[in-house]
Amino acid sequence: MLAPQLAIIAVFFYWPSLQAIRSSFFIEDPFGFGETFVGAANYTDVLSSSEYLSVAGFTALFTVLVTFLSLSLGLLLAVKADKVIRGNAAYKTLLIWVYAIAPPVAGLMGMMLFDQHVGPLIEFAALFGWTMQVGLNYSDTAIALITIAVWKQIPYNFIFFLSGLHGIPASVREAALMDCRSGTRRFFTIILPLLAPTAFFLLIINMTYALFDTFGIIDVVVKDKAANNPITLVYKVFLDGFRGNDIGSSSAQSVILMVIVFALTLLQFRFIERRVHYG
Amino acid sequence: MFKTLSMTALALVVSSTSSFAATNISWWHGMAGRNGEVINEVAQKFNAAQTTCAITPVSKGTYEEALASGIAAFRSGEQPNILQVFDAGAATIINAKGAVIPAEDLIKNAGHDFDRSAFIDGVRYFYADSDGKFVGMPFNSSAPIMYINDEALKKAGVNAPKTWEEFEAIAPKLKEAGYIPLVQSQLTWQFTENFFSRNNIQFATNNNGYDSVVDTKLHMTDPNLVMMFEKLKAWADQGYFAYYGAGWNDNQKMFEQNKAALWIGSSGSFGGLTKTAAMPFSADFLPYWGSIEGAGTSSFIGGAALFAMSGKSDAENACVADFFQFLTSPEVQKFYHEATGYVAVTKAAYELAKKEGYYEKTPQAEVGIKQLMLPSGEWSKGYRLGFYPQIRQIMEREYGRIFANEVSVKDALETIEREGNDLLARFAKTAG
Repeated sequence: MLAPQLAIIAVFFYWPSLQAIRSSFFIEDPFGFGETFVGAANYTDVLSSSEYLSVAGFTALFTVLVTFLSLSLGLLLAVKADKVIRGNAAYKTLLIWVYAIAPPVAGLMGMMLFDQHVGPLIEFAALFGWTMQVGLNYSDTAIALITIAVWKQIPYNFIFFLSGLHGIPASVREAALMDCRSGTRRFFTIILPLLAPTAFFLLIINMTYALFDTFGIIDVVVKDKAANNPITLVYKVFLDGFRGNDIGSSSAQSVILMVIVFALTLLQFRFIERRVHYG
Repeated sequence: MFKTLSMTALALVVSSTSSFAATNISWWHGMAGRNGEVINEVAQKFNAAQTTCAITPVSKGTYEEALASGIAAFRSGEQPNILQVFDAGAATIINAKGAVIPAEDLIKNAGHDFDRSAFIDGVRYFYADSDGKFVGMPFNSSAPIMYINDEALKKAGVNAPKTWEEFEAIAPKLKEAGYIPLVQSQLTWQFTENFFSRNNIQFATNNNGYDSVVDTKLHMTDPNLVMMFEKLKAWADQGYFAYYGAGWNDNQKMFEQNKAALWIGSSGSFGGLTKTAAMPFSADFLPYWGSIEGAGTSSFIGGAALFAMSGKSDAENACVADFFQFLTSPEVQKFYHEATGYVAVTKAAYELAKKEGYYEKTPQAEVGIKQLMLPSGEWSKGYRLGFYPQIRQIMEREYGRIFANEVSVKDALETIEREGNDLLARFAKTAG
């Protein structure tokens, strides 16, 4: 019974991964006429490049910030929505609706909001004497990217947190209400632990989102010219492999990325999942 | 025996009686929007002009995407007959020996004449090998030129500059008149590659990379280039030059909106500009430095060329040759030139457009061609550098850092030279 599924996984996941690992040890001409075995040179080149390390640094910062902000804002909105009684459906629909937007479209909308010449958010920043130059200034572009990525992900977290909140039995809440008068304390001691399975799931999903699915947003915001703008590791794999035709280096980078994600997931399951209580 | 004979007879009958059994060839390109439509029109004209061949153009998105799809297709044996490759990707495809049939060989094998000197000088060498043999067929070509906001210059009471020294003299007046004196849209193309060409300075060793990929090194720290970028930085600080990042339109917009006096753009931009510019404008050559000896030579082309991919049947190759012949005919070149704004690649097409009075109506359209026809210098032919799209990325990054005050001009150019040379050395290993 397992065989067909295993076969599919092998063909679509393991075989390409093995190919990537293999080509990461070669320098290859793009058209496939010749390849030179270079051992670990692609890896040492990449890891000793200051450019790669700075992209890796930004990726880490970006992932942490996007995950933290979209999780906490999603949770905040879900808790508030849970309390709303009138207009509940409209409120929920409005929030969920944003999730239906494809990342490149989100990027496009974000880009217009942050446009150097006509962007309303740029004009808003200018009111505070802040000349934002998205596409030119590294940190300004970083702020724009994070804002768009978080805005895009909040609805997803909102949906899950809200249904998680609905799953908490009314009897437990009522009991908590009698025992503890402080709403904040009640939230942290009762609601949050009961939401832990949802939160753990979302943590992994959000990290994967920040690492991989923000590709479309980055592509649109930097207009496929990375220049002096922050990009993530995945985007660099694309730039070097597809635009630069440097298959060896690009493969080495994707293998490194694979290892990072594997290690992160393992860590999360080992250390965080232990503290999650599945009711 | 009888069987083969009858099959041959059948094949003969089929091929002689049916006009729909034309040889099909495919053409992958990186053009979208209006330029993509013009390509479809060119293909329709070719299909209507004869019955033996039928060409199908397929848009693959951008230049980079077209090259990436072409490479992927080649590796799986599904390559198109013709692939459009842009200037920076030329080294990738030309150095992959055996991926393409040189256009000149293809055309001669099909029994046509081929005259290199029929092409405009600035176009002739870019997609050719070091002996001058055409590997790619120049198709859409453009030159970086200077667009002039007539209103701004009139207000400031100055004339358009021919040299950068003249620009320095008029910049304060333009600023006083309320304009940003200078903007540009692509520092890599306009102020690096064509800086070397227009001022006749060597860009890279090994004859700008044409002779060999081994040990090719960039001359990014050439004192003249350092001077150019130090000037640009100083102008930016004084308010004579404004930089809005690597995005083409972010920079062009300031000119369109009548906020900038001069814009260095592409000769192919004038068609769009006539629709978007808020004021009357004219155009002139890309300025050069009067202080550099021997400067003022022609620039070389940007844009893309068509490559005939190998591994196809003789009949298909003959059709590709026919199509290349058709493309370079004066009428088709003139049509393409006028419909898109790209320069005509042959002298005959240019003469035809001139004779019909096209440039009297639209003088801006002539500037690019005239600039490409200027006497060429030793270093105006172009460059052939591997992994060049990645080298351009490094340039874009470091230039951005210069104008964000993160790095000095000298350090930035040294970084580009170092990282660029590393990439060139890597490329030499792939092609070796």
